[in-house]
Amino acid sequence: MTRYILSRLFQATLGILFITTLVFALVRLTGDPSSILVSDFAPIEVQERVRERLGLDRPIYEQYAAYMGGLLRGDLGESFSGRPVSEILAQYLPGTASLAAVALVLVLLIAVPLGILSAVYRGSWIDTVARAIALFGQSVPSFWLAIVLVLIFAVILDLLPVAYRSGPESYILPAVAMGWAAVAGIVRLIRSSMLDVLDSDYVRMARAKGMPPRNVVVKHALRSALIPVLTFAGLVFASFMNGSVVVESVFAWPGIGTMTLDAVSGRDFPVVQGAVILIAVFFILINLAVDILYAFLDPRIRYR
Amino acid sequence: MTIGVGRTARARSVGGALRRMPIIPIFLLGALTLAALLAPFIAPHPPLEVNLGNALAPPFYHEGGSVDHLLGTDRLGRDILSRVIYGGQVSLLLAFSVLLIGGTVGIVIGLLSGYAGGRSDSIIQRGVEAILSLPTIMVALVFVFVLGQSFASVVLILAPFIAASFARMVRGEAMTIRNMNYVALARVAGASHTRIIARHIMPNVAGTIIVIATLEVGALILVEASLSFLGVGVPPPTPAWGLMVDDGREYLTTRYWLSLFPGLAIVITVLSINWIGDWLRNVLDPKRQEL
Repeated sequence: MTRYILSRLFQATLGILFITTLVFALVRLTGDPSSILVSDFAPIEVQERVRERLGLDRPIYEQYAAYMGGLLRGDLGESFSGRPVSEILAQYLPGTASLAAVALVLVLLIAVPLGILSAVYRGSWIDTVARAIALFGQSVPSFWLAIVLVLIFAVILDLLPVAYRSGPESYILPAVAMGWAAVAGIVRLIRSSMLDVLDSDYVRMARAKGMPPRNVVVKHALRSALIPVLTFAGLVFASFMNGSVVVESVFAWPGIGTMTLDAVSGRDFPVVQGAVILIAVFFILINLAVDILYAFLDPRIRYR
Repeated sequence: MTIGVGRTARARSVGGALRRMPIIPIFLLGALTLAALLAPFIAPHPPLEVNLGNALAPPFYHEGGSVDHLLGTDRLGRDILSRVIYGGQVSLLLAFSVLLIGGTVGIVIGLLSGYAGGRSDSIIQRGVEAILSLPTIMVALVFVFVLGQSFASVVLILAPFIAASFARMVRGEAMTIRNMNYVALARVAGASHTRIIARHIMPNVAGTIIVIATLEVGALILVEASLSFLGVGVPPPTPAWGLMVDDGREYLTTRYWLSLFPGLAIVITVLSINWIGDWLRNVLDPKRQEL
């Protein structure tokens, strides 16, 4: 167990090292890093301060040490507006995180019952509907779905707001657009893990001793079928943070995604770099947490 | 299990599955691909032909629409139908370029890593996992920022992700097959490593490769469209579907068709590919049959 966790920790550290080094190297491989790192739009004094701090005339390993040291202290540099990047990220993170959380709850509310029903009533019309949803979920791009949702519910029916974050109702359309694709994955996962469990000896035993079918499903089967879902939910949440760029851009949602796109069009590299590192680290840490949680829940991994 | 039994069981299931071949998606995908290939002959207008005098014309079924521009025109008066047809070229060409580069690299790495095993395998796997644990779209944003917006940079950004997922799948299969008796037998008979990989392992991994390739093409088209939509994919004025959906966004309340039709093209293409992919998975890989 300890060995497993340690090896996963090592792997996560490696992943974080990889992405941060990649970003560092990428900029410097282009030949003239100052043209990317120092924005022409920034005030002269900010430009000079950035140049001085980056020390682009110093040897590459010193630059790298300074860069990594900064990251470790949570220092992501400063935007060309002069604001620290970490402060900007902190401002926009809650918008993305709250939207992702709402989307996750919505997805679980729809996908878990659907997955269970399609496994229990295998081959019935519910199963067919679940398959269709799974297929569509994989195939409809979230940005287009978002636009169609806006067209139907905001423009034609005028039921929900078109964009921006306001009351609770403003969460509905972006959360649906964000969660849509994940429903497919979770329905598939629950269905197959339920089918496995329903076919297991202890469920057959429970049936044989005359337990009511409802209890068999809820008490015996569901409990172990939900383990993979619990961990998958973590990965889904992480993928929402990545996909938020697309959905946020449609709804002008005040989150990391919109902020990153604005920074891309404003050529504000430190902000883009900070956002990518933040999301990537978040992504890797969630993967790590999921693997460790899984080890705790699944004895087969624990004792390996 | 003897090989003979396996073969008859497989032949039967393949025969049954062939009869259940999904006609609809094959037809749709075939039509779309054909249209993309023959775009210069089929498209009613050149995709980049600007006609400001006839900008934002509605589709034929709307008042003021005409059969000359069946799906209407965009804000520069370019024919939407023609751009959707040419858009297929962009999406398919990009997906196949990424698949060819990333897939080849991934298959080679996966075969070697799975066959060799040991320390080199675990080092390669750490690298593969590091790539797979990265958020694709966010990483693409940084790369495009630095490399600039072009067809080549989109291919360059997506290829490593595809290579990594191929490498992981192929490696898993190769490891199982490596431990089979017939591989041991071949080795005893004096076959070289190259020969074992080429003659014994590769053909048995082919089924898996075809399935992943199909499903990855669908995913690739979606990612490419998302990047174009965000303005960091294929640069305008290329008629990419994602770009067209983005172009139509500001006219959503009054001229929905600008975004609707290119988006539908994405959905139909990806849906057909995934549908075929699911079916292929059932035919070629019955043990992982799901949904």
